Amino acid sequence: MAKRTPSVIAGLRGPRVNAEDIATDDSVDTDMADAVPATTGQDRGFVAEDIVFDASDLSVYYGDFRAVRDVNMLIQRKEITALIGPSGCGKSTVLRSFNRMNDLIPTARVEGDLLYRGVDLYDPRVDPVEVRRRIGMVFQKPNPFPKSIYDNVAYGPRVAGRKKGLDDVVESSLRKAALWDEVKDRLQESAIGMSGGQQQRLSIARAIASDPEVLLMDEPCSALDPIATARIEELMAELKDEYTILIVTHNMQQAARVSDRTAFFSVEVDETSDRRTGLLVEYTTTEKLFSNPDDERTENYITGRFG
Amino acid sequence: MADISISNSSTAAVGSLSVEALAGPQKRARKEALIRSVFLLASLVSILISVLIVVSLVRESWTFMTQVDWSVTWGQNGWRPRRGLYDMPTLLVASLIVTVIAMLVAGPLGLGAAIYLSEYASKKTRSFFKPILEVLAGVPSVVLGFFALFFISPQVIERIGRNGWLVIGAVIIIAYLAVIAGWTRNLVRREAGTELATQIKRVLTLTALVATALILIWWVNSVAGSGDPASADFFSVKRSGQLAAAAVGVGILTIPLVASVSEDALASVPQELRSASAGLGARKLTTTVQVVLPAAVSGIVAAFIIGISRALGETMVVFMAGGAADEATFTSSPFEGSLTMTAGMASLATGTDNVVGEGLTFQSLYFVGFVLFLLTLFLNIAAGRFVNRVRERY
Amino acid sequence: MGLSTIGDNQVARRVEDEIFRSGRDLRGTGFRTLMFSALAVSVFILAVLIVQVVVDGWPTLSGRFGDFWSGTLRSRSSDDGLGISQGLKGSVWIAAFVAFFSFPIGVSAAIYLEEYAPRNWLTNTIDIAIRNLAGVPSVVYGLLGLFLFVKTLNGGQSALFAGGLTLAILVLPIIVITSAEAIRAVPSSLKQGAYGVGATQWDVIRTQVLPFAAPGILTGTLLSLSRAVGEAAPLILVGAITGRLAARDSSLIDQLGERFTAMPIIIVGWVRNSGADEGFGPAAGAAIVVLLALVIAMNSVAVLLRGYFEKKRG
Repeated sequence: MAKRTPSVIAGLRGPRVNAEDIATDDSVDTDMADAVPATTGQDRGFVAEDIVFDASDLSVYYGDFRAVRDVNMLIQRKEITALIGPSGCGKSTVLRSFNRMNDLIPTARVEGDLLYRGVDLYDPRVDPVEVRRRIGMVFQKPNPFPKSIYDNVAYGPRVAGRKKGLDDVVESSLRKAALWDEVKDRLQESAIGMSGGQQQRLSIARAIASDPEVLLMDEPCSALDPIATARIEELMAELKDEYTILIVTHNMQQAARVSDRTAFFSVEVDETSDRRTGLLVEYTTTEKLFSNPDDERTENYITGRFG
Repeated sequence: MADISISNSSTAAVGSLSVEALAGPQKRARKEALIRSVFLLASLVSILISVLIVVSLVRESWTFMTQVDWSVTWGQNGWRPRRGLYDMPTLLVASLIVTVIAMLVAGPLGLGAAIYLSEYASKKTRSFFKPILEVLAGVPSVVLGFFALFFISPQVIERIGRNGWLVIGAVIIIAYLAVIAGWTRNLVRREAGTELATQIKRVLTLTALVATALILIWWVNSVAGSGDPASADFFSVKRSGQLAAAAVGVGILTIPLVASVSEDALASVPQELRSASAGLGARKLTTTVQVVLPAAVSGIVAAFIIGISRALGETMVVFMAGGAADEATFTSSPFEGSLTMTAGMASLATGTDNVVGEGLTFQSLYFVGFVLFLLTLFLNIAAGRFVNRVRERY
Repeated sequence: MGLSTIGDNQVARRVEDEIFRSGRDLRGTGFRTLMFSALAVSVFILAVLIVQVVVDGWPTLSGRFGDFWSGTLRSRSSDDGLGISQGLKGSVWIAAFVAFFSFPIGVSAAIYLEEYAPRNWLTNTIDIAIRNLAGVPSVVYGLLGLFLFVKTLNGGQSALFAGGLTLAILVLPIIVITSAEAIRAVPSSLKQGAYGVGATQWDVIRTQVLPFAAPGILTGTLLSLSRAVGEAAPLILVGAITGRLAARDSSLIDQLGERFTAMPIIIVGWVRNSGADEGFGPAAGAAIVVLLALVIAMNSVAVLLRGYFEKKRG
């Protein structure tokens, strides 16, 4: 199907597969690929210059406690990548390490490498504020600021020092978030009075207004009803043309519906200390993960036997 | 897995950034660091103040301790700093008397108010009484000093002293009533639901009303009858202020503090404990006394310790209503006038424009202050321990 | 009476009583009444106190209302010029000192402790220092003021700035603790939302934390202002004047270095003089009415403000 560069691929396939496996088990891989019905005909390969994130052997600690380990992932530009798994598997923790939101927890630290467009995100010279302006975030619960709708959307550009042309930014961000028509007449009203679904789209507009390249979404629909959820999913499909999106979700159907690739995380319980460490089990195209996963644990999870 | 592939193997990807692109402007980093250090500096002020307090106390009291003839600090039968007599027992005993009486007032009232507010009061009642307690907490101590001197002293303390028999009589009557009540309760319980019980209840209510009226009349009578200056004091009471009056004033000041710390302790007892107790068929009283109070006991102890510390440190009420100025003779009677540690310090500093006295007078101020500081520090640390114990448990 | 159909009325009533006996739970009712009376007595004392003070002070206050405001300290209570103007001026100055020193420093310290401070020995030390300072008796602050401002900085001479700074120091821990509580109550979702779009820490504090915590900070500041205005012991220690104060017209700056008095100090002075000159008693009562009105007003505004915002935020 394609040529490959083993040294990079080593990072693609979850923790259990290393470079040597790929080199020696080449034929096996090919066999398995044949098993996947090539219905889409789309090339799901990675394009080197379009790789936004490259995580290798990434672990996140809270103090001495390792919350999640051995994350190896490549994230492709302008794709939606879903992170799924049972609660406590560290998928949100991983997501938050992608724009250094974990820095806000004093004891949190990261081991391993996490490259954003070739730059080590945890390089001491990197300013997390700069990172977050390029990699925006939408949270689990809608969290509008207790300000007007306009001020909510204009917040990002304002803290970035922008003073002119805010009206245009607000309008285009609200349009992209499919909210403009609903709120254009009440921009100066408080955002607190909006419905949950509107608030979450406002959060998306607020994130877009900072002109990011990547949007991280941490279970953005978990507090919403099915109709509002559907709207957000539609919106994500539209936003994909412009942004790279990573989404953590509890909802497997949602991952299957919206994402191009899916990473399945699981939990490992240490019997002696009863501590739960998350780990990346399998990371591949959404299609394959849900139809023909390599790992038994993934299979069990998606068929509902576990988690 | 064949679908995972890289279509361009060149390592120098077009889309890669340099570290500098993510470094952010230097200016911003400098500004953030500057702001942070300004806030840090502000928080260091508290350490500076603590150090200055300790330094000033230690410095001057060191001078006192090294230069004073220690025989004048003990067994001199009086605190007379301007004459070079620094009898510590005078101040310490007066402080003890005031603190004990103040806690006898503030302890039961504060704890009772807290129990009612936390366990019984409806939301509406709470929102009515809480702000009032907070207003009481904000009453300046000079106001309590005035109140203690012009009301508590003549209207309460002197009357108790003059009418000792009245007080004793009241205690006997209350005890008697309690016995009757207990007996009636048993009777009512035995005859529950019968005509007799209803009758007893009626009689009891009537008796209570009559008794209240009688006590009121009695009280008014004794007020009218107290005009006679010749009536001999039951206790020897100093007119125009005495330790007891000041102590009651200090107690009143301490009520809101004891109430609010106790209430916090009661509020930190998990609701499940109450539900569990109620679920086992316990009554409200049983739940409160046998489940909630024991669970909150550390916090209530802390409330009392904080109250003691506050009462020990209260100055103005004793200074104004304690019945002594400038100097005091040793007394162990709450009906006499004397100076506590705090009032002793305040009276040393007044009366003259120039606060610097002769000899060791000035230093004695700091010696007393140092003793007071150590006592309250010890109490506050102990209280902190108890508070933490509750927090850790729940 | 649904059970009465059983026939044996007596039994039915007994059972009913067993179930519905709460109404006759004498011990429980007694305990409840006792606890309520503790609360009621506390409130009653406050009522008696206020009534008593107003009764004592009202004649003076209503009789010569205008003169009392503008009058000054006199040696005889019958003097027509007797009044509280110097005390009011001193108390306003003290409030100003608290507002200018304690408020910015206290709020900044609270911001540091809640938003910046790493968990280390220094933070611990600051925390312990603030907690212990809050429990230090006010008279000890007076000793500090006497040593630091009067003796060391001002050559043993009492001055307004010494009193103002001493009280500013006294209420600083209160402002820090109440502000820190208000800042701690800011929902982390707001802060995260702001960080998530690339706000710097200062941006978050400026645009999210402070606006949200403002009512709480304001409440704490008002409470400590009223505490400072009502406090007397430290002022006595630093040498506030209880007797006559020379009348002088001086500039604002010069006043800082001059001898001073304040409302609570005037009250103390008059109460102590009332032994020799009974007329000072009612005068003190009148001054207390003014002071109480001031302090209770500040406290009530603070309490109402907090209640209002608590309700508004649900």
